[in-house]
Amino acid sequence: MTRHLVQATLLALAAATPAFSDTAPKDVVFEEGAVAQSLTGKPGNPEEGVKVMTTNALGNCVACHVVGALPDVQFPGNIAPPLDGVADRYSEAQLRGIVANAKMTFDGSFMPAFYKTDGFIRPGDGYTGKAAGGELPPILNATQIEDVVAYLVTLKE
Amino acid sequence: LALTGMAMADPAEDTLSVETDDGTIDFVTQTAAPEFLKGHLDTIYSGWLFREDETRALQKDDFDNPAMVFYDRGVDRWNATIGKNGESCAGCHQGPESMAGLRAVMPRVDEKSGKLMIMEDYINNCVTERMGLEKWGTTSNEMKDMLSVISMQSRGEIVNVKIDGAAAPFWEKGKEIYYTRYGQLEMSCANCHEDHYGQMIRADHLSQGQINGFPTYRLKDAGMVSAQQRFVGCVRDTRAETFKAGSDEFKALELYVASRGNGLSVEGVSVRH
Ligand code: HEC
Ligand code: HEC
Ligand code: HEC
Repeated sequence: MTRHLVQATLLALAAATPAFSDTAPKDVVFEEGAVAQSLTGKPGNPEEGVKVMTTNALGNCVACHVVGALPDVQFPGNIAPPLDGVADRYSEAQLRGIVANAKMTFDGSFMPAFYKTDGFIRPGDGYTGKAAGGELPPILNATQIEDVVAYLVTLKE
Repeated sequence: LALTGMAMADPAEDTLSVETDDGTIDFVTQTAAPEFLKGHLDTIYSGWLFREDETRALQKDDFDNPAMVFYDRGVDRWNATIGKNGESCAGCHQGPESMAGLRAVMPRVDEKSGKLMIMEDYINNCVTERMGLEKWGTTSNEMKDMLSVISMQSRGEIVNVKIDGAAAPFWEKGKEIYYTRYGQLEMSCANCHEDHYGQMIRADHLSQGQINGFPTYRLKDAGMVSAQQRFVGCVRDTRAETFKAGSDEFKALELYVASRGNGLSVEGVSVRH
């Protein structure tokens, strides 16, 4: 009883102060695939974005994409379009939408949805092969998504 | 020359022949896809063609092939009197050559029981019912050694798995699993092995995920890997809850995946990265 009350209060607080909290994956608003609002309300850090994109356990974007601006990445994949010049092709909102859930832009895309927590078939607990314990955290959190977007918008040709 | 969907695919231009005591075996490592794959694949390729030069070379010579150690160990076990009352595989089946041809038609529906059988099921039937032993783990070393022995008896034979009649419902189920996008990464077998074979996913050169080469010696694991085990690994990589090796789901999947290789040679024991 008391615990529920405390939780309810916390939730109310969170709801009352959206500007200081991240947009939850379920609350992200897509408009034709694009997400206009920053998920954190703060600008991302492009250097951190590079880390997210090139780290296996995080975004691992380079598993599928080449980024010419990152020549030190070993063995980038070639499954997906190179990301060079991507900021000429898409707006920041479109890029945020693609990173959060590419399936909203490209129907049936092979690209994983990085900011989504439900609707999976046999979701696992990370790479253990075991069932997920409960609702999954998104692959990347809001800050990491914004960091990636902050880097992508620099990719102009 | 039609390049549709194939433009990015680059299996090696190479042919596989192995000298044996009984003469040279020439392997079919690429051929026309089976009819049911029309619209999906035109040509099917062995995973051997997607490996590096050095890895392919290891499979061209039995002396270099690291899987042979496990085959030899399996032959010893085949002959050993390991049963509760001193039974051996050899005691009932004579030499392993009595298994010639079997690997090429597995998995299959057992005529008597109507059950879908993978090789592991046949082996465990004999281990438990005819030798009085505890069943071998589906992916245990003794099991994979024995898979190696039996697979080698069909080396060079053309995979010809039955998909109609009693096999049809199992095959349909396997097909459904093959095209289902599992896990938090929402990827199906087809996403990687049908849509993107020949391309690089990070450092990995994607093959068509054929199982004609199984069991295989995997250099990365320094050991033998069975098809069931490989399926577990691939589904795990999608951040999914996997099915168990030897489960009904993976047995059906093995039938379906095997049938996608109808027309390729059984490689006996292969070498992969
Ligand atoms: C498993 C493969 C895969 C991974 C991992 C992946 N992507 Fe993609 N991505 C694709 C594919 C395929 C497309 C092409 C769109 C389509 O047809 O689905 C794409 C398209 C894009 C596009 C649009 C490019 C264009 O020019 O149209 C952007 C931007 C992008 N991805 C960014 C990322 C970022 C950032 C990450 C990591 C956080 C990432 N991708 C991870 C497969 C992937
Ligand atoms: C995320 C991508 C991905 C998915 C999804 C995937 N695989 Fe794989 N698979 C790989 C990679 C990478 C390898 C190693 C290189 C190769 O042989 O393709 C591999 C290898 C294999 C091999 C070994 C082939 C050989 O000759 O050594 C088989 C068999 C296989 N996969 C079957 C499957 C099946 C069946 C599924 C679905 C249940 C599946 N894979 C899903 C990436 C994937
Ligand atoms: C006591 C006798 C006996 C022993 C010991 C025995 N088997 Fe069998 N095995 C059989 C019989 C009988 C069958 C069934 C034949 C049938 O149903 O047509 C069989 C069937 C098989 C089959 C299926 C063959 C086919 O063509 O359908 C395999 C594979 C097999 N055994 C492997 C083994 C292995 C490996 C061992 C030792 C670990 C072994 N068996 C030990 C008697 C034995």
